[in-house]
Amino acid sequence: MYKIVSKKQLSAEVFRMELEAPLIARERKPGQFIILQIDNDVGERIPLTIADADPEKGTITIIFQTVGRTTHVLADKQVGDSVPALLGPLGQPTHIAKVGHVVCVGGGIGVAPMHPIAQAMKAAGNKVTIIMGARNKSLLVMEEEMRKIADELIIVTDDGSAGRKALVTVPLKELCEQTPKPDMAVIIGPPIMMKFGAETTRPYGVPTVVSLNTIMIDGTGMCGGCRVTVGGKTKFVCVDGPEFDGHLVDFDNMMKRLRAYKTREDADHNDHHCKIGLT
Amino acid sequence: MHKTSETLYSEAAATLAALKDKTLTPKDRMAIPAQEMPTQDPHVRCHNMTEVALGYSAEQARVESMRCLQCKTAPCISGCPVGIRIPDFLKAAAEGRFDEAVGIICENSLLPAVCGRVCPQETQCQAPCTLGKALKNPELSVSIGRVERYVADLQRESGKQEMPAIKPATGKRVAVIGSGPASVTVAADVRREGHEVVIFEAFHKPGGVLVYGIPEFRLPKAIVQKEIDTLTAMGVKLETNFVVGRTRKIKDLMEQDGFDAVFVGTGAGLPKFMNIPGENLVGVFSANEYLTRSNLMKAYDSARAHTPMYQAKRVAVLGGGNVAMDAARTALRLGAEEVHLIYRRTEKEMPARIEEVAHAKEEGVQFHLLQNAVRILGDENDCVKQIECLRYELGEPDASGRRSPVEIKGSEFLMDIDSVIVAIGNGSNPLISQTTSGLTVNKWGNIIVDETGLSSLPGIYAGGDIVLGAATVILAMGEGRRAAASINSYLAK
Repeated sequence: MYKIVSKKQLSAEVFRMELEAPLIARERKPGQFIILQIDNDVGERIPLTIADADPEKGTITIIFQTVGRTTHVLADKQVGDSVPALLGPLGQPTHIAKVGHVVCVGGGIGVAPMHPIAQAMKAAGNKVTIIMGARNKSLLVMEEEMRKIADELIIVTDDGSAGRKALVTVPLKELCEQTPKPDMAVIIGPPIMMKFGAETTRPYGVPTVVSLNTIMIDGTGMCGGCRVTVGGKTKFVCVDGPEFDGHLVDFDNMMKRLRAYKTREDADHNDHHCKIGLT
Repeated sequence: MHKTSETLYSEAAATLAALKDKTLTPKDRMAIPAQEMPTQDPHVRCHNMTEVALGYSAEQARVESMRCLQCKTAPCISGCPVGIRIPDFLKAAAEGRFDEAVGIICENSLLPAVCGRVCPQETQCQAPCTLGKALKNPELSVSIGRVERYVADLQRESGKQEMPAIKPATGKRVAVIGSGPASVTVAADVRREGHEVVIFEAFHKPGGVLVYGIPEFRLPKAIVQKEIDTLTAMGVKLETNFVVGRTRKIKDLMEQDGFDAVFVGTGAGLPKFMNIPGENLVGVFSANEYLTRSNLMKAYDSARAHTPMYQAKRVAVLGGGNVAMDAARTALRLGAEEVHLIYRRTEKEMPARIEEVAHAKEEGVQFHLLQNAVRILGDENDCVKQIECLRYELGEPDASGRRSPVEIKGSEFLMDIDSVIVAIGNGSNPLISQTTSGLTVNKWGNIIVDETGLSSLPGIYAGGDIVLGAATVILAMGEGRRAAASINSYLAK
């Protein structure tokens, strides 16, 4: 059992949780993720990226949005409660190197997995520009943490309630047009944002890494449910990724695969809200 | 014609009464009718997850055992990967001494209730059976596996299963990676010697392929759980949600966590795909994913399980092994109206157990032999809508004497389907070898071990599918026995 040691609601749908997981806290590296289950018998296994870890305390931090059954139930749990299954750290760590100027683009809760990567990129001696984007101000997460790391922090929202009223691709394009252009971009967020982010950097030849979050069961390469097409080849997000060359990922196929169980997910989502309404 | 269990049981009772107290000549034994395994009615069972084979009655087990000729050569023993004294246990069973029978099996096998159900007996112990040879029909060999299952179930259900004696603590620690048949065997055999054993399992439940792969209707999970319970009662520790290579590396287990030896029994967990166009469409699954969703994640119980199953009405299953049969039969039970099993060779070459093929057919799985998928087509949402197949014919025998399939040019045709399950085997999962420097693997990624089960690194042993490639439960168990004996003698030094 993995005990919840702290919990904070960041916005209407976004939560931050710190869980006791000493082995994962000790081993995890930027870019890696965990698989979590809220019921050992009938629960589903969902991948969540690790936003932070404290090896001394033996805890990891996750940030999640309530979208499906598991995240809704997880959000209802309190400090002192626990989750029965937590597996990790999974996936290949981010390749951290000094390349010069790195632009980190985080959309929505994609900022959470970006946090340790930006931190490591900065520690490796890079100039780090961070672009944070969200639909509105209340959905912006980890702004303070990111501000501490960033040489420059750019905030954009769809409705202009914080920072510039723009999509993340607008400041990203501006950065690409500067001389010298950035040496690398790391983009994490909703698939559609990563797709257009990668399209933005492509004409400028800025190497672009994206971190994918697909449907998974085991997370160790056994089921292949997470497979994506990268440069015409099939790759498993859980063991080959989660990070890939954004210019080679077939985002359209990935987005369609993510919708395979949409009907069921919508039903679970509505079901949960109905139950909340009744009590 | 489907015979009910009541009919089969009463027929056996009558046969037994007639044979009682008679001294049987080999000719008498040959005349005893082979005992059919009672099953659920195919029309009923294709809508439920309950076990298909219902098991022998005591009378059936005795009658079937009486068919054994007790021949001097006992070729069945050499056909058994773990060398069970088969004629001896059959003799005891024929005389109704079922406790003794299971005791004989347990000298060599740790999982008789499992092996009685899933071993490919027709290619192992039952293949060389003298009775089958005398009757000129291998399908009329003594049904060794069914008797094994009966005596093992009887023992388990009676609660008479004794916990093996554990020797005094040695202070030595052994890490067992994975919790499938090879690992379970190693854990038991090593623990008996008084060593501390910790099993590390990546999933949230132990049992490996017995739990995530083989469906409930073929191997009830309660039977696997019972075996795991015996291990924990023996003092074996179980760490679930622990993936060695990521949560902790083998090197750290040995150098920092005080383990004196390690057994790697991680299985064949890397699904193979066809590498044909359309394989990443929505609705295409590896059999591993499809079966894991249904079995381990309990998605068949849609009212309770949170893990969803893809809703499909016309399912194509590619492959001809046990896993393909399991996937096809699961698809029927989950509401598919048509299940099409597509296999490149003929039924004779199918690696699946004869019984599984028969059960699949009885339940309505449609077999498409000498055909192979070449392309999967999708609709505007990238959802599977058709599969293109090519017809084959058997060509000239190759060097091994097997006639290999040759494609018939221009024989392409389309089938309307909405889901595809790829069940063409598994490669070896590279997680351990990638994270353990110095561990030698072959070109397929299987860990190379010597005749004692020792890998290229001292104190690190391996067995089961990670060594053999995808094989069987009994072979994994045999490998486990061998490795456990080596570990015990290594630690005694």
